[in-house]
Amino acid sequence: MTGPGNQSQSKLVRWIDHRLPIFTFMQHELHDYPTPRNLSYWWNFGSLAGIMLVIMIVTGIFLAMQYTPYSPLAFDSVERIMRDVNYGWLMRYIHMNGASFFFMVVYIHIFRGLYYGSYKEPRELLWMLGVVILLLMMATAFMGYVLPWGQMSFWGATVITNLFSAIPVVGHAIVAWLWGGFAVANPTLNRFYSLHYLLPFVIVGVVVLHLVALHQHGSNNPLGIDRKGPQDSIPFHPYYTIKDMFGLSVLLIVYALFVFYMPNALGDTQNYVQANPLQTPPEIVPEWYFLPFYAILRSVPDILFIPAKLAGVLCLFGAIGVLFVLPWLDTSRVRSARFRPVYKWVFWLLVADVVALGICGAHRPEGWYITTGRIATLYYFIHFIVLLPVIGWLERPLPLPTSISAAVTRKGGAALAGAAPSMEKH
Amino acid sequence: MAETAQPRPMDAHTQDSATRRDFLQIAATALTGIGAAIAVWPLIDSMNAAQDTLAAGAPLDVDISHLQPGQQIVVLWRSKPIFIVNRSAAELQTLQEPQVAGLLRDPQSEVEQQPPYAQNWHRSIKPGLLVLVGICTHLGCIPEFKPAPGGDLGAAWPGGYFCPCHGSRYDLAGRVFSGVPAPYNLPVPPYTFISDAVVRIGENPPGSSFDLDSVVQL
Repeated sequence: MTGPGNQSQSKLVRWIDHRLPIFTFMQHELHDYPTPRNLSYWWNFGSLAGIMLVIMIVTGIFLAMQYTPYSPLAFDSVERIMRDVNYGWLMRYIHMNGASFFFMVVYIHIFRGLYYGSYKEPRELLWMLGVVILLLMMATAFMGYVLPWGQMSFWGATVITNLFSAIPVVGHAIVAWLWGGFAVANPTLNRFYSLHYLLPFVIVGVVVLHLVALHQHGSNNPLGIDRKGPQDSIPFHPYYTIKDMFGLSVLLIVYALFVFYMPNALGDTQNYVQANPLQTPPEIVPEWYFLPFYAILRSVPDILFIPAKLAGVLCLFGAIGVLFVLPWLDTSRVRSARFRPVYKWVFWLLVADVVALGICGAHRPEGWYITTGRIATLYYFIHFIVLLPVIGWLERPLPLPTSISAAVTRKGGAALAGAAPSMEKH
Repeated sequence: MAETAQPRPMDAHTQDSATRRDFLQIAATALTGIGAAIAVWPLIDSMNAAQDTLAAGAPLDVDISHLQPGQQIVVLWRSKPIFIVNRSAAELQTLQEPQVAGLLRDPQSEVEQQPPYAQNWHRSIKPGLLVLVGICTHLGCIPEFKPAPGGDLGAAWPGGYFCPCHGSRYDLAGRVFSGVPAPYNLPVPPYTFISDAVVRIGENPPGSSFDLDSVVQL
């Protein structure tokens, strides 16, 4: 391993580092970087998300070499990638399933943050940058899904762009502007392609900021208490590089199972039918990772003077927007749910609520699904806007351990065995 | 940090004896490297010609039954213009004249710019029928067909090809003139006769092998 750049054995490394301190930087941020010694596997998902982003960009760049962003040819160019381009099927299946796995990893990462209070002081901006990344990911995934120009691409694009027509007065002008015409058509495909190529690099930029913010105060940890000294930390390398590599291996095995054995399990078969502006598919369903949001969109009825369509759109964006202000909605000063007896259960209710929304989003808004969708939507907002502030005031947290090392080493662990089941082996 | 670091088994060994950990590290690194190389290959290979592109480069059958003496047709094979000329008896006569050979850089077609079966004075299988890749060996322009002797190309012009880009000249067998920018004769692609009326571009006659990629200058 490379030593600190300025005292490296290599003359060349020292020469470069004196002028451009990249080796010192890497040593500092990847090697020595003090990390809480008690991080569990839930802390793998940040680096896994980063790796998914790289996989998506690399496969995407090669797919772009073969893809034709022209509506009469787009569908066929994707089929050509599948049949004629060397390993085109592999690159496309990796990219296509990669979107699902990227969202899966990021959703787990987000729920990890919710459970352990990773968004609380002093990590509010870290959290908000994460929400920005989520928004960019959603835009990128949506526009990428339009590119194969299948039925679901076309009608998904039609439905989602039409959301903006709910905006009073200027709505229709905005939609026409988004389309670049009178409907979703070739101009729309062209701009989506351009943006689908651009936004991942914007994500990379925000990820860099996300990491700068992370390294300012370091990772939160399952106990949610601050590190008090060197006895609470271990260097990032090799302890967490190896742990992340193990997590990556597991992820790649599951990912490969999908890519090689059930590559279309997560997709909609309708998207293998070429886009037809004259025929709407029987059901327009987004990819699974948008289902909870789609359910919110469809569930909301007329609210006072706001028509249902506009209300649905406002709630859809509100569902993400509320995450931005989450650090100030949660009034509890205790980070980790391990020490919050009430919040712990409310957290799992939120997980169940989001799953319920996802199920509602996958079905036609009829009968039971309407009721459930409305209740689940309402509960989603109640969780953030009502429960989090109120629980923070009323809840009596369990006593916090005096330090990380006290809680997780044999010496100090006994007292807290019940409160903090040790997943770490030392 | 130092306080919590575990004692490393490596420290217990002398430096010159390889430990189990050394072995694991080398094996894991090597395997990761091999895995990365394998993962990169599909990406690189995807940039090679796709199967439909290769299929579009399959041999091409051309009907030459209506080709009149002195007439040239141009077909496209593998995105290259292929000149097919039915040379008249007079034109074949010109090719053999010593003063024409004196104008040429490589009159005997010694440089490998044609299949072995076309390395002759007429640079073709049948003397009358000429098949050439119509790309100037200078900088890739398409030479013009100027079969008539003399004219604005000078009294000594025996008939042949004139490249409009930089003035390279070739005779009616695609042999390059001396003193022009183009260095080599026009390439002859592999071809064979399916019948008297059909020539197949891109396939060698039975028993011979020649790859167009093997010519010196395409």
